[in-house]
Amino acid sequence: MSSAAEQVHHDEHHDHHAPSGIKRWLYTTNHKDIGTLYLWFAFIMFLTGGAMAMVIRAELFEPGLQIVEPNFFNQMTTVHGLIMVFGAVMPAFTGLANWMVPMMIGAPDMALPRMNNWSFWILPFAFLILLSSLFLEGGGPNFGWTFYAPLSTTYSNDSTALFVFSVHIMGASSIMGAINVIVTIFNMRAPGMTFMKMPLFVWTWLITAFLLIAVMPVLAGAVTMVLTDKFFGTSFFNAAGGGDPVMFQHIFWFFGHPEVYIMILPAFGIISQIVPTFARKPLFGYASMVYATASIALLSFIVWAHHMFTTGMPLFAEMFFMIATMLISVPTGVKVFNWVATMWRGSLTFEVPMMFALAFIVLFTIGGFSGLMLAITPVDFQYHDTYFVVAHFHYVLVTGAIFSIMAAAYYWLPKWTGKMYDVTLAKWHFWCSLISVNLLFFPMHFVGLAGMPRRIPDYSLQFADFNKWISIGGFAFGLSQLIFLALLIKACKKQGEPVSARVWEGAEGLEWEVPSPAPYHTFETPPVVK
Amino acid sequence: MSQQQYEKYYVPAQSPWPIVGAVALFLIAVGAGNFVIESSKGEDGYGGLILLAGLITLFTMLIGWFRDQIHESMNGIHSKQLGRSYRQGMSWFIFSEVMFFAAFFGALFYARVISTQWLGGASNNAMTNEVLWPGFEAIWPLVTTPDGTTTEAMGWYGLPLINTVVLLLSSVTCHFAHVGLETGNRKKLTSLLGVTILLGIFFLILQAEEYIHAYREMGLTLQSGVYGNTFFMLTGFHGLHVTLGTILLIVMFFRVLKGHFNAENQFAFMAASWYWHFVDVVWVMLFFFVYVL
Repeated sequence: MSSAAEQVHHDEHHDHHAPSGIKRWLYTTNHKDIGTLYLWFAFIMFLTGGAMAMVIRAELFEPGLQIVEPNFFNQMTTVHGLIMVFGAVMPAFTGLANWMVPMMIGAPDMALPRMNNWSFWILPFAFLILLSSLFLEGGGPNFGWTFYAPLSTTYSNDSTALFVFSVHIMGASSIMGAINVIVTIFNMRAPGMTFMKMPLFVWTWLITAFLLIAVMPVLAGAVTMVLTDKFFGTSFFNAAGGGDPVMFQHIFWFFGHPEVYIMILPAFGIISQIVPTFARKPLFGYASMVYATASIALLSFIVWAHHMFTTGMPLFAEMFFMIATMLISVPTGVKVFNWVATMWRGSLTFEVPMMFALAFIVLFTIGGFSGLMLAITPVDFQYHDTYFVVAHFHYVLVTGAIFSIMAAAYYWLPKWTGKMYDVTLAKWHFWCSLISVNLLFFPMHFVGLAGMPRRIPDYSLQFADFNKWISIGGFAFGLSQLIFLALLIKACKKQGEPVSARVWEGAEGLEWEVPSPAPYHTFETPPVVK
Repeated sequence: MSQQQYEKYYVPAQSPWPIVGAVALFLIAVGAGNFVIESSKGEDGYGGLILLAGLITLFTMLIGWFRDQIHESMNGIHSKQLGRSYRQGMSWFIFSEVMFFAAFFGALFYARVISTQWLGGASNNAMTNEVLWPGFEAIWPLVTTPDGTTTEAMGWYGLPLINTVVLLLSSVTCHFAHVGLETGNRKKLTSLLGVTILLGIFFLILQAEEYIHAYREMGLTLQSGVYGNTFFMLTGFHGLHVTLGTILLIVMFFRVLKGHFNAENQFAFMAASWYWHFVDVVWVMLFFFVYVL
């Protein structure tokens, strides 16, 4: 490198040390800024999707049709799902990866910072399209977030075209984000940061990024076929032309099942960071955690048809997918065992991140067990498309993924802002969320087992009492999140006590070696990891 | 370990291009969505114009972004580490493209091995055939669909075979152009790269001819059942990728003429050639699974 180039290089570094105003956010190439954008975007989407859930619960408060039209109810369930999956959980994890992965591996930033900015800014536009399609004549997408054919082809409204293209660009965003994470981890690790020394959050994200790159293009293929079936006269999903609606489900779930792990593996990583900190012990079974994560990811490619047991697959396929699905409980069990073993004889303290992590371990395990029940083919014939399924995936996604994101926020927020957040508010947020979320989702198991179908705006009278309680739990959970909003606003205003670099007494890892708040560019030259 | 052993990290300055790119994709998505809706109803609207505006914005963004990028690269600002990031990023991007094609190949295999067979009564679906689609026979290529649409099957002899040879040859010339770059043989580099581009264009012309033939004379269209669907979607997306690859190679050609590359600094050229080889491999798969078998 010539000295002139050195000079340019230096200037450019100098240039963006203190960017300000709107350009800071629009033009940014800084992983922390982009991480913050992702996290705020995810939180806004979480509240938006949550508001739709409130509409659903208001309609289901009593039997009968009273508040919204069935078609609008369908749009709410559809867009609630799409927003929570693609707008809340995935961007929140990407935001956490942006903030933490470079700091944890001793890198100055993500490997491809400009592309990083592009992948974030696509998202608000993609969701603008999706949300504005609700106001079209005939309404927005109403076929469920899984957009099964022929609901999304023969019977859907015009907004399907906008839905398809918005999924295309949010997929492009996810792929670029994942490429960035994977390249960062492969190529930007500080000297001495070997693969088997990487923090588990980094490991889980590495594998998640691989899953994203592998399956988001398949989703793009699926929506493209829906588009051509609906608008260009193809018959991929139409038996009259030799296709098959069930083929849609195969393609969709080939994406959809790895997608489920995309939404939970980073959560495993977060919990594996938090539990050792507050148990003041190294993580039990680090290597087995890594192998378990990789096994879950590999298995996730061969279990997709457990979403389709009732479609009339051949018996052999039903057996295969049942057994493959049950196999996943082995590596998942390894993980839960290791978290518990990490706490065994540890010097436990119960700060807010730890409270969320413990709630995660218990409640995610409940979701895992109901998943195991659903995996049993003959039993699934009874549970399929009932509220039991809704209970299952909300336990793994809300008390699983979302709780882990909240745990992560409470764990790393002091590192981001340099100030301790309002712990009293945080505890209120935790207890209100914990109680209400169980009131919300636990009774769904019972109504589901008794046969209440999902995605229907009305139900039989015998489900009335449970549904009333579920709705009350839902409103309470929704309101509890406003406590979190208040806490975050206070934290962003940098109110609170300054914290030390380490923040938590038992915290280990590179991110705790740098000052709080972390400098704009964390490492300009690589730290050496012993 | 002293710090001198490691280069200082490279972090690019702020850039306006990503947000321009996001706006471009927004316009493309809104424009394409509305265009599709409007044309399905035969209405006039702004969809096409918005789509065009999006494409122009995207094009502007690409020019601007790559101009900055080339400028930085020529000034030696990029570190070796960044070069590795680019190479890895490109490899993963190609992997994502492979998975995109995998979705359509999956649809082809499913339609061929499962859905048409079942509609024809295979497995335990005798009554499906008997009651719903009486008289339907499952043969591939599916020249008669269950609802009675008929078409002709595209053979592999003739145009497709010539196209296979053309594309395989272009992969070879592309490789030796790269060898020319590595060994500093500029004449070999420019001439073989030029030949590669011409072969790419020749492929596209033949492909267009095949489509015209299919539509005009064979009655094989996008609407003629799952055989026509998989045929046009697979070859169509492949053709789109060949077009992109050819544009990439043309850009590389002019950069070669300007002397942008040498044995050390050649990521862009390498990425374009990887992309070209990838497109070629997809074609070989297509040739076997869509045309021959």
